Amino acid sequence: MSAILRTSALRSALRASAPTVSTRAGLAGTTFVRGKATLPDLPYDYGALEPAISGKIMELHHSKHHQTYVTSFNNASEQLADARQREDIQAQIVLQPLINFHGGGHINHTLFWENLAPTSQGGGEPPKGALSKAINDSYGSLDAFKEKFNAALAGIQGSGWAWLVQDTQTESVQIKTYANQDPVVGQFRPILGIDAWEHAYYLQYQNRKAEYFKAVWDVVNWKAAEKRFK
Amino acid sequence: MRSPSSSLVPLLFLSSIFISVFASEQLQQPFQFGEMSAPMYTLPPLPYAYNALEPHISAQIMELHHSKHHQTYITNLNAALKAQAEAVHTSDITTQVSLQQAIRFNAGGHINHSLFWQNLCPAKSADAMSSSAPQLVKQIKATWGDEEKFRDAFKASLLGIQGSGWGWLVKIEGGKEPRLVIATTKDQDPVVGKGEVPIFGVDMWEHAYYLQYLNGKAAYVENIWNVINWKTAEERYLGSQADAFKILKASL
Ligand SMILES: [Fe+2]
Ligand SMILES: [Fe+2]
Repeated sequence: MSAILRTSALRSALRASAPTVSTRAGLAGTTFVRGKATLPDLPYDYGALEPAISGKIMELHHSKHHQTYVTSFNNASEQLADARQREDIQAQIVLQPLINFHGGGHINHTLFWENLAPTSQGGGEPPKGALSKAINDSYGSLDAFKEKFNAALAGIQGSGWAWLVQDTQTESVQIKTYANQDPVVGQFRPILGIDAWEHAYYLQYQNRKAEYFKAVWDVVNWKAAEKRFK
Repeated sequence: MRSPSSSLVPLLFLSSIFISVFASEQLQQPFQFGEMSAPMYTLPPLPYAYNALEPHISAQIMELHHSKHHQTYITNLNAALKAQAEAVHTSDITTQVSLQQAIRFNAGGHINHSLFWQNLCPAKSADAMSSSAPQLVKQIKATWGDEEKFRDAFKASLLGIQGSGWGWLVKIEGGKEPRLVIATTKDQDPVVGKGEVPIFGVDMWEHAYYLQYLNGKAAYVENIWNVINWKTAEERYLGSQADAFKILKASL
């Protein structure tokens, strides 16, 4: 799935003027209109994840932060297309970090909204089937996994994300942290991500981020994670 | 698009409590002088009240930032230094190496915030005017043309940080003449290179502004100029690297 999204994002980055089929984006919510990334609708209301995540956080996070990544990604994509047209290699290289950061921000948040859900829509219900087995094989139990995941989140020095990823070579799952908006691409497939940027929790939890990491499991949508797991 | 469940009301000025604490009642850490002793740092008191930078930085932000965030860097730094002292004592080189990142991050956090508090001051203070830094301003004009251009360049650098980090005006020594540069650093990387003297820094972690400015970091970056302590900046500009860092010795 990430490979499809990546291709799509890359394609829209490289040929911003070319039409891109939104349904091939690989994520239900990720749409690309005429090569432009657009903010996906949340699959639930802003207040639906309370009390784990406040409605105010969700509103700002989705309508402001995510929107800024989308807008900035489109800007960088256009500039990249121009630079390609001009065959200006230096300009293309200068734009790479912006593509990575804003494109990553768009991808990460899109995946994040999908892998959360209100408890009324299955949020917090433990994983089943093959993903559950893979987690138990790697971590012993779901609780042990959550403990390790929360330790990884707490260990991020600065802004970043923690992900449960699947190694596309070995198919096993593991926890990885990524700095800033570095997306899960390449060898690893994103299964479940938690945003550890301060904007993801500060209005509600301030410096008590461990409380956010603990509470967020109440609204994790394991069904979405299962669909990503191969 | 869903309709918002809560509207964006102007923020949390819940703390109507007038906070006049100078945060000086920090517990003194026990100081060991044994073979495995490591320095224990304590939180330096703010040189002004938590609400002294209002309306540019709210008292709530200042209190959390100083008493919680800065304190956590110090607590974790002391723990890492203690573990390192033990690893040195037992000649455990792998543990020493494994501790380096924790020391860098938490020491950086302590260094950066200690410098930051000192290079801010209440907006109504005379120190908040750039005229309090005649030599520095002269050099700024020589480097960027005028103060406005410098501020614009500094703001652009701050807003270009991807993730958590800091923006600094730095004096670089070692050439014929000292020169000024704008530097951004990631996370808690401190400005401690050879010949580098931090003049003033701006914290661009979201915790530095989020409760008041939310996603509007451009407004924070604009307003911070009202509370830059130019007197401190001038002292650092005229002094050495060791002078700039003397606050750290004082927090031991
Ligand atoms: Fe985020
Ligand atoms: Fe800070």
